[in-house]
Amino acid sequence: MATLGDLERTVMDLLWATPAALTANELRDSIAAAPSGETGRELAVTTVLTVLSRLEKKGLVERERNSRPHRYRSVTSREDHTAELMHEVLVTAPDREAVLARFLGSVSEAEAETLRKLLGRS
Amino acid sequence: MFWASYVLAALAVVLAWPAPIALSRAAWPARAPFTAMVLWQSIALAGGLSMIGALLLWGLEPLGESLTDAVPAFLGVLLRDDSAQELGVVHVFAISAASLLLAHLLFTLALTFMRIRRQRNRHRDMLALLGSPATDQPSTLVIKHPSPVAYCLPGGAHSVTVMSDGLMDLLTRAELDAVLRHENAHLHQRHHLLLWAFAAWRSALPWLPTSRLAQGAVSELIEMLADDEALRRVDESTLVRAIAIVGSGALPDTSADPLDDADGAGTGGARVRAGVSGGGPAESGTTTHRLRRLLTPLRPLNRLQQTAALSVAGLLVVVPPVLLVAPGLIR
Repeated sequence: MATLGDLERTVMDLLWATPAALTANELRDSIAAAPSGETGRELAVTTVLTVLSRLEKKGLVERERNSRPHRYRSVTSREDHTAELMHEVLVTAPDREAVLARFLGSVSEAEAETLRKLLGRS
Repeated sequence: MFWASYVLAALAVVLAWPAPIALSRAAWPARAPFTAMVLWQSIALAGGLSMIGALLLWGLEPLGESLTDAVPAFLGVLLRDDSAQELGVVHVFAISAASLLLAHLLFTLALTFMRIRRQRNRHRDMLALLGSPATDQPSTLVIKHPSPVAYCLPGGAHSVTVMSDGLMDLLTRAELDAVLRHENAHLHQRHHLLLWAFAAWRSALPWLPTSRLAQGAVSELIEMLADDEALRRVDESTLVRAIAIVGSGALPDTSADPLDDADGAGTGGARVRAGVSGGGPAESGTTTHRLRRLLTPLRPLNRLQQTAALSVAGLLVVVPPVLLVAPGLIR
């Protein structure tokens, strides 16, 4: 049985793959037709709607309210979200260090120069 | 009790200024990062205890010879409306200051914990959508991004290590292994708890220059500890190469700027550049220090020196509580 987290991912993958906005019905059909089929064939539309509203709350999905049924689209591309997430990781803030531990923290210009020399030597 | 409160106050001052400054300038922590870490923790703990203890003892002095007499008497004043004529305004002020300081420290600790946890959960949510599991490593995610990035996101059973495919393209298998072992050491040794406590101390007492020094020192020491753990499985040159490649590749002018394409306007790229080359004063030089001790391995402290440093740490934690009750004991 697929968890809500897995479904969120499946739905986002579908929305990121299509430029057009999709209805919950269309999304359910696409999930059911997916070659892997692991996500559960008998998926209820209400489940898809739950997933969509969770994603909407997280700011990942927006709803077109002027049509019935509502159509959903991703707010930005997967690449933009990745870039934003990595930006969060790479930018140094004193309190960020407690959230996650990077392999290498900030590198100053002089340090980077030393590192390049070191690589050239070895 | 007067003398005890003065000793505690003196201890608080020493632990707030000279001691942390001396420790942050000392060279030996690179030779014994674990011992230095223990010492930093005891300085922070004993510093806080003696600050609060000095105020408390001084304020309660009119109520009894020792804390064991004074505390029940003070509770009587609070709960049973006993006469409080012995207490002057300054005493009430000192007691209030001690309580406020204690509450402030505990509250900041809790607040920092919740803020960190919220940010981690949000980050983990996004990773669930954007990352894909690494083929041969458990609880490791790969994220599609050109710049070489590796980090771990602690969270009990949900802890994950994340690496970018840009990193995987740049590093050999052995170097990648070194990076992963370094990150796993952070998770196994629970370094996030130390970072949490010292981040809280810093935001609770930002006016204390040593809270910044302590946080900087601690985040450098955990990197050294993780390096040492990685060295149990990979050789030094592999780890050094991994650090050098990630460090020089992380600079936008040596690799394609990762954010310019994705960001459209390119403002995000500029911000990353500022973040990478700027560095906080607390953190600048960490990479240099790490490399220096990997390239020319230092002799670890001998047994006597280790014991001495650990005894100081132990004494620091024991002395403030003893001083709190001692006046009653030697009476």
